[in-house]
Amino acid sequence: MTRLSLLLVVFAALALVPLVVTSEFWLNVCVLTLFSALIGQAWNILGGYAGQFSFGHALFFGVGAYTVAALQVRLGVNPWIGLVLGGALGAAVAVAVGWLTFRYGLRGSYFALVTLAFAEVFRILANSIPWLGAGEGMMIKLAAGPGMLQFKNLANYYWLLLAMTLACFLAVWWLDRSRLGARMLAVRDNEDAAAAIGVDAFAVKLQAMALSGLFMGLAGVFYAQRYLYLDPGLAFGPTESVEALLVAIVGGIGSLFGPLLGAIVLHALSEAAQAALGGLPGANMVIYGTVLVLMVLFLPRGLASLFRQRPQPVEPPDA
Amino acid sequence: MLNLTILWPAILNGVTTGALYALIALGLTLIYGVLHIINFAHGALLMVGLYAVYFLFRFLGLDPYVSLLVVPPAMFVLGYALQRGIISRAAHGRDENILLVTLGLSIVIENLALMLFSSDTQTVDTAYGFATVDVLGAFIPVPKAVAFAGAVVSALALWLFMARTDLGRAIRAVAKERKGARLVGIDVEHVYAMSFGIGVGVLGIAACLLLPSYYVTPQVGHGFILIAFTIVVLGGMGSFVGALIGGIIIGVVEAIGGLMLGESLGQIGIFAIFILILLFRPQGLLGQRG
Repeated sequence: MTRLSLLLVVFAALALVPLVVTSEFWLNVCVLTLFSALIGQAWNILGGYAGQFSFGHALFFGVGAYTVAALQVRLGVNPWIGLVLGGALGAAVAVAVGWLTFRYGLRGSYFALVTLAFAEVFRILANSIPWLGAGEGMMIKLAAGPGMLQFKNLANYYWLLLAMTLACFLAVWWLDRSRLGARMLAVRDNEDAAAAIGVDAFAVKLQAMALSGLFMGLAGVFYAQRYLYLDPGLAFGPTESVEALLVAIVGGIGSLFGPLLGAIVLHALSEAAQAALGGLPGANMVIYGTVLVLMVLFLPRGLASLFRQRPQPVEPPDA
Repeated sequence: MLNLTILWPAILNGVTTGALYALIALGLTLIYGVLHIINFAHGALLMVGLYAVYFLFRFLGLDPYVSLLVVPPAMFVLGYALQRGIISRAAHGRDENILLVTLGLSIVIENLALMLFSSDTQTVDTAYGFATVDVLGAFIPVPKAVAFAGAVVSALALWLFMARTDLGRAIRAVAKERKGARLVGIDVEHVYAMSFGIGVGVLGIAACLLLPSYYVTPQVGHGFILIAFTIVVLGGMGSFVGALIGGIIIGVVEAIGGLMLGESLGQIGIFAIFILILLFRPQGLLGQRG
C-alpha cells in the first residue's frame, strides 16, 4: 500500500468515528486527540522537516484564534472569512518572525528562545489592548449554524477538524515527495552543506515557517469557534506550545504518521491518568513532562522509529 | 513630567531588583558557557529553592538568611545529580535533546509543585520585612538592600572561584576545548555536573535572598526565566560581568517601564530588548562572536 492510500484509509476510518462513538465524553476525547495531531503535525513541518525547534508555537495558534474572534466580535465579519484570514495571518506572522530571526543566522537554542519570547510579547500585548478584550478575553456570540461556523453537534466540529487535519497531513505527504521537502531535510541535517550545493536555506526555512504557521493559525480558528471564548493565556500561553512539540517528539519528528501516533498515545495516557488520579491540577502536565523526558532519554527518534524500515541516520559523534 | 523624586527611587529599586536578576542569570550563564546548553529548567529550579526556604522557615523557624547555609548546598547536590543522572544521559550528542529534556524537567517540577503545594501564594513574615534604609533620599526595603549586597558578593566570589581555583580552571578548559581537556586528564562528565551543580547552587543563594521581599508560587519561575535569558543574552552568553551589568540594566528598564507604562505593559520593554539584542547583537554586549 502506498503512503497516500494508507493516509486516506486512516482518515476515512477516522471520519467514521462519530458514527461509532456515541458518548459525548469520548467523542470529545477524540476531538482533543485530533486537535493535538493537527498542531503536532504543524510543529513537525518546522521542527521535524526543517529542523527548527520552536518553543513558542502558540504564537501562530493565538494569532489565528484572535483573528477570527476579533473579526467577528468587533467588526461582524463572517467566521468563514475569519477562517481564511486566521490561517493567512498565522502564516504571515510566522514568516515575519522567521524573516527577522533567520536573517541574523539564529539557530538552535536561540531560535527556541526567540519564538518563546515572541509568544510572550503577543500575550502581553493581547493582555493590554482593550480592542482585543485585554485580560478579560473575548466571548464569541452563540449563533449555532454552519454559516456561522458553529455547530450544536460535536460530531460536526469533529469533521471540521478532521478536514483541517487531513489538509495538514496531505501537505506533509506532499513535502515527503517534493523538492521543497528534500531541501528542508538538507537544511535540517546540515545547513552549511545544503547552502554549499545551492539550497537557499533562508527561503526554505521561511517556507517551512509559512506552512507551519498556516496550520497553527487554522487550529486557532477551530479552537475559537469550538469554545467561543479566548483569553491571552489560553491563546499565547505555554500549553499549546508544549503540546505541539510534545506530540511531534513522542510520535517521531520528521515522519508523516508520527504526530497522529503521538497524539493518540498522549491522550490515552492522559485519560488513564485522569481516571487513576482524578482531576488533580497539574497531574496531566506532570505526565506530559515525564513522557517528554523519558522519550528523549530512551527513544529520541520517537515511536515512529519503532516501525521504520529505512536505515537510521548515524548519530553525530561527540563533538 | 517625570521629576527626580519619582525617578530616583524607581532607578534604585531597579538596581536592587536587577542585582538579584543578575544572580539568577549567573547560574544560567555558567551552565551555558560550559555546557553550551540552555537550561530551560532554571526557573523551575529557582522555585524549588524558594519553596525550600519557605518550608524551612515555616516548619523549623529558620530565617531565610540562615537558610543560606543549607539551601545552596542542597541545591548544588540536586543540580549535580540532575546533570549526571538525567541530562547528560539524554543528550545523545545533540543539543536539541538537552533543550527538550530540560523543558520536560521544568514541566514536571512545576506541576508537581502545583499538585503538592497548590497554587496559593506563600510569603515569609520576618521582623525586618518592612524595615527600610535611606539611600540618598529614597527609601529601600532592608531585604532588598541585603539582596543587592548578597548578589554582588556572590558574583565576585563566583568570579574569583573561576579565576583562581583548580576546578574553576578545569571548568574553563572544558568550556573552551572539550576534547583537549579530556586529553590532559580532566574528567569532563564530572566538570559538567559540577558546573550544573554550581549554577543551581547559585539559584539557592538567590532564593534565600529573594524570599524575604518576594513570594513563592509553583509558577514563580516563569517570570524569572525569560528575564534571566534576556540578561544572559544581553550580557553575552557565558560572560559573568556581562550578566551583572545586564541584570542591572534589565532591572532599571523594568522599573522605569513599569513607572511610565504600567505594570503589565512595562514588561514589554524587557522582551523588546531581548528580541532586539538577539536580532542585532546575538553575541551580547560583552560577548565574543563564537
